[in-house]
Amino acid sequence: MTIFDLDFMRYALVAAVMVGLTAPAVGTFIVQRRLALLGDGIGHVALTGVALGFLTGTAPVATAVVVAALGAVAIEMVRARGKTSGDVALALLFYGGLAGGVMIIYLTPGESTASLNSYLFGAITSVDATDLWVIAGLAVAVLALLAVFGRELFVLCQDEEVARASGLPVRFLGLLIAVIASVTVVVAMRAVGLLLVSALMVVPVATSQQLTRSFRTTMALSMVFGVLATVGGLTSSFYLDVPSGATIVLLALAGFAVALGIGRFVRRSRTGESTA
Amino acid sequence: MSTAFDMTAGQVTIDGRKILRGIDLTVDDGEVVAVLGANGSGKSTLVRSLLGVQPLSGGSTLLYGRPPARFREWWRIGYVPQRLSVGGGVPATVREVVASGRIARQRRGRFTSSADRQAVVAALNEVGLSDRAGDPVSSLSGGQQQRVLIARALAGEPDAFVLDEPTAGVDAGSQKMLAETLSGLVGRGKTVVLVAHELGPLEPLISRAVVLNQGCKVHDGAPPTAVGAHALPGHDHVHPHEPEPAESGLPSWVLAQEKA
Repeated sequence: MTIFDLDFMRYALVAAVMVGLTAPAVGTFIVQRRLALLGDGIGHVALTGVALGFLTGTAPVATAVVVAALGAVAIEMVRARGKTSGDVALALLFYGGLAGGVMIIYLTPGESTASLNSYLFGAITSVDATDLWVIAGLAVAVLALLAVFGRELFVLCQDEEVARASGLPVRFLGLLIAVIASVTVVVAMRAVGLLLVSALMVVPVATSQQLTRSFRTTMALSMVFGVLATVGGLTSSFYLDVPSGATIVLLALAGFAVALGIGRFVRRSRTGESTA
Repeated sequence: MSTAFDMTAGQVTIDGRKILRGIDLTVDDGEVVAVLGANGSGKSTLVRSLLGVQPLSGGSTLLYGRPPARFREWWRIGYVPQRLSVGGGVPATVREVVASGRIARQRRGRFTSSADRQAVVAALNEVGLSDRAGDPVSSLSGGQQQRVLIARALAGEPDAFVLDEPTAGVDAGSQKMLAETLSGLVGRGKTVVLVAHELGPLEPLISRAVVLNQGCKVHDGAPPTAVGAHALPGHDHVHPHEPEPAESGLPSWVLAQEKA
């Protein structure tokens, strides 16, 4: 029996490709903006959203998108103030999100923190056809926004002052990237869970930048690495009977270790050539 | 003749500290103005607030007759910041950074035009970095990175250039290249405002100097005149500076002019 014989695995594989493409694409801008941990922060805040979904009896994905987006906007507004205490304010928001989620789920009749497990650590094989449409729609929207605003986001994430002196709508673009990131977090939540979501936004980018020279190829290659990690991790977790989220992230990290070695080797031989 | 920058009683306060105290400054089209002063005198803050990048806490400033918030013709401005930001370790090539200087002339959702590409090629040529176009900017020296920043501003084909310490920490070769690039701009009638700690090879290009001391304008007029060995062509400004008078923190040539 192969994984393609099972409906739920076919859905999971399509979802894995979507997540593998979108998370690193957004991640490239986030890392360039020096906000590598933004995804973690949004993930923590999204947990409150998931718990609110349980409490109010609405779909946890819907409430998670709303709360994560609000959290991301709050983070961006704190960041834009530019005070030195900005990272402390962010940390407060992270803890608030996590504690809020645990408290709300405790207050929800018939639920316990165990209900949060699949959201914390991912349950990609529970994706059904409806979920898949939602994930695909969000992923397409994220990639389309990045395509339309990519040029402006590159300038913003490189140097905000230059973006301002070029007349770009800096505040709008900052909020846009924050909201795009929060949608991506919720999309990727199903695959690897809120606690590991940021890994898919950061690790493929870190892997790819060991090997590349340009922004464009860094982004393209990180999307390739992202898909390799999600599809490879999902497939091997199926055959090895291990948790998919953790397998995906460990595979991505292994890829990073290999790229680090190759990158060192390539750079050394390059400098060797130029000095020879 | 129109006015590029026009600041009236400009004040900037950051964390309760007064950085600029009531600056009046008008820069007309085609002027080449150097903003001079000791470290911490507010030079960078002044040029950044001329652009509206640094908001004023008092007074007002106009870009081609409009306040920054209502200014729309940003393609007319080319801003060269003090140093290249490396963008969180995500690589970017020289060409990518220079091409981003076209942003104020590009429409959202449109592909890069041939005019964009030609402007990038011309800008790279002008600063002598065509052969490094495909290299990551992080592999360049400080002086070369400064040239990348200038090429980015050139690529936008603006009317006015604002350069924040383009000569700081730059090797002699890049300084000469910078002086040549600037003299080209001046020849084409572009407006230039540049911040400098010392002018070096830029000296002959400057039409007017503004000197700041502790956030106040203490001189606005003729640039420092080169005397003695400084005036000789090919003179390299490499000797150690004589200590500036402690009581005022002003360069000695300003004090000499004030006394005269």
